[in-house]
Amino acid sequence: MKDSPGLHLKTYILILFMVLFAPLGNVLLSKGMKGVGSANNWELGDLLHILVSVLSSGYIWMGIACLLAFFVAYMLVLTWADYSYVQPASSFSYAVVAVLSYFLLGEAVPPLRWAGILVICVGVFIVGHTHPRTTEKA
Amino acid sequence: MLELFFLFMIIAAGTGGELCVSHAMKAVGEVHDFRPSELVRFVLRAIRVGWMWIGIAMMTVAFFSLLAMLSIENVSFVVPVTALSYAAGAIGAMLFLHERISRQRWLGVVIVCAGVTLVWLSRR
Repeated sequence: MKDSPGLHLKTYILILFMVLFAPLGNVLLSKGMKGVGSANNWELGDLLHILVSVLSSGYIWMGIACLLAFFVAYMLVLTWADYSYVQPASSFSYAVVAVLSYFLLGEAVPPLRWAGILVICVGVFIVGHTHPRTTEKA
Repeated sequence: MLELFFLFMIIAAGTGGELCVSHAMKAVGEVHDFRPSELVRFVLRAIRVGWMWIGIAMMTVAFFSLLAMLSIENVSFVVPVTALSYAAGAIGAMLFLHERISRQRWLGVVIVCAGVTLVWLSRR
């Protein structure tokens, strides 16, 4: 990765996109699914009805759009930045999803869950700081 | 119980799907040229690999399992517990892709699992 201010800025912007779009996508999917409701039984008719409700929910499509935006940002940033640099940054999305769920969905996030999310972030950060390639190049 | 089933499907099908796609991408080869015409050729090569389709099918199952889980549980619970996929990914990569997992990576995976345990315990 060339060390230029422009490249750093581009990388930070795309990582910011990733850390915002993936949690936002999941929060929108959650909002959509809470509106659809869960299956009471596993009959084909009931499942088809849920599928139609899912596919006609605006929140679900907005969630899918956000997840696609995340995926595009992820793929783009990986074309110049190291996986080992990008992956630890994505760990922040676990904290962002909790913050967004609190503010946008009004979910109660207990202290123990915040502690767990913090520990997960640390774990993902350590995983991300390992060598990205462990096999011989083909 | 249903939550456990969906969580298992998200992690097993999601990780399995990623491993299949990773296996397919290694068969397709590394991308060196990012011109649109070369990228189209790359995608056409990728979709001819059977593992790619198995991977996409498994990731679709994982996505619908995620939707089902989100209809039952809060997103601030669901997304963090899916971090277990780091553990499944490490085990799967070691077994199926023959990758060497370093001690540091195992340490990270163990810490992720500890975090997931705390999130699970926070369940109402």
